[in-house]
Amino acid sequence: MMEGEELPGLLVNEVGGMHGILHDHVEFLRKHFCLIIMKELLESKKNLRKKVQAIYLWWHKPVIDKDLLQSLPNLKVIANSGVGMDHLDLKLVASFGVKMANAPRAVSSSTADTGMALLLASARRLVEGYHVASSPGMEYCEADFLGVEVTGATLGIIGMGSIGYKIALRAKAFEMKILYHNRTRRKEQEEQAVGAIYCEKLDDLLCQADFVMVVVSLTPQTHKLIGKREMELMKPTATLVNISRGSIWKICSIC
Amino acid sequence: MEGQELPCVLIDCIGGKHGVYEDHAEFLKERFCLITMKEYLENKSFLGKKIRAIYMWYHKPVINEELLQSLPNLKIVASSGAGVDHLDLNLLSSYGVKVSNTPLTVSTDTADLGMALMLASSRRLVEGHQMAISPDTEYFPANWLGAEVSGATLGIVGMGIIGYKVAERAKAFEMKILYHNRKQRNKEEERAVGATYCEKIDDLLQQADFVMLAVKLTPQTHKLIGKRELQLMKPTAILINISRGLVVDQDALVEALQNKVIKAAALDVTYPEPLPRDHPLLKLKDVLITPHIGSATVKTRHLMKENMTESIQAGLAGLPIPNEVLL
Repeated sequence: MMEGEELPGLLVNEVGGMHGILHDHVEFLRKHFCLIIMKELLESKKNLRKKVQAIYLWWHKPVIDKDLLQSLPNLKVIANSGVGMDHLDLKLVASFGVKMANAPRAVSSSTADTGMALLLASARRLVEGYHVASSPGMEYCEADFLGVEVTGATLGIIGMGSIGYKIALRAKAFEMKILYHNRTRRKEQEEQAVGAIYCEKLDDLLCQADFVMVVVSLTPQTHKLIGKREMELMKPTATLVNISRGSIWKICSIC
Repeated sequence: MEGQELPCVLIDCIGGKHGVYEDHAEFLKERFCLITMKEYLENKSFLGKKIRAIYMWYHKPVINEELLQSLPNLKIVASSGAGVDHLDLNLLSSYGVKVSNTPLTVSTDTADLGMALMLASSRRLVEGHQMAISPDTEYFPANWLGAEVSGATLGIVGMGIIGYKVAERAKAFEMKILYHNRKQRNKEEERAVGATYCEKIDDLLQQADFVMLAVKLTPQTHKLIGKRELQLMKPTAILINISRGLVVDQDALVEALQNKVIKAAALDVTYPEPLPRDHPLLKLKDVLITPHIGSATVKTRHLMKENMTESIQAGLAGLPIPNEVLL
């Protein structure tokens, strides 16, 4: 009996290489699925296409378009790595009766950690400091190499989803004053647990924050959310940290 | 003349690499008659008698017996920062001179920097930044990974004010916290940060994903982390030092990193500072070094200046000295 015939067919873009699934993940996946590589699919005859019941979307690949969806008659579900879904046409996928899943919980702690890492590195001038400490010819200028205090500063979180909330939990331990702006206000207990104050108007958050952390999903509403006007509302001493998507701000506005 | 009424305080210099900041000097001049080391050396016999305090910024001016003998009216030395390992406390005491430091003001910034170094090292921040801005970068590879901080095990060696603040921060990252200290903290303090005491440092070293050094430099902590300790650590572990360079046997650290005995090191402090430009630590890929910036924020430096001023004023008035360092 061939094991391959019993396991459901899972389409992946490639293994290894630039954007492929990681080699040490393959063993695990092969226990549950019959892996079908995109290259094989493109070269094969009809029967491989019929075998594909699911797509494992890693690093936004393979690209899900109408042609692909039409060629996979038995496709039931697409699993997306990470939490952002802005690279997908969700309506198109739904129109084929295909279910969609992402992996929000898996990424939330790591992404919150990255947000804090960026905030701290920027405030304390870590990269610059590393260059001063390690570069061969640099003038060692210790005394006046000063950064900005993180403890006790004001953090404004734009987008208080699961990642934004984890950032608030971390920032609270740094005794930061936390403001947040979100489509909907969080429950009182959730606000109290992190000491976060709701800013219904984004402007109120922007005027007060020493650090502005952008943690929204990319949607038509958040596209270019932070533009010239918003940046001018920010303090001249403020730092902007973006861990959501690049298109949330207007590139030409960054000075 | 105003200058005659204000007490005379010796400083190294104003401005330059290690001098008192220009904007701090203004504040100090309102309260003291500042005498720079240069001025003092040009007029030792006259100025020596007038100096009643030393404002020690960045460990300067260097205080030795010769200086103490020439300052008969010296009452107090106010030293910036928490560490006093650069001072001969016994010598100062023998001359009846009081000493103060600024342990509390530096604590949050130093704890913040400890967290910054841990996150930056673990998540390969400097490398990532370089890749993101490099003119040669065409794509970001999918297999470029760091190690997770959230949920990992942090071992804090030295659970004083700074070590405890690190624990408070690490708890929010859901880290498992172990600590080693001369004395165990009380139960409420341990519970508040979820920290487990390791009476033997070996137990901490064997379990920790991150080892953070936050001890004072004393004869007991000198080369506390040597070849033996590094070999006890996990090969995936990262060593973070926010205490003093001499707490680590630096040669042993170089060897351990070269042989992949531990994964990486993130150091705000080294010995000496700065390291000679051809030092092997500067050539190793998995080493992040910062130029002793633990307390280097604008706000904290102002607070330090204010604390030191208070200590000097109290010392000169014969009042109890805030932040006095006792033998």
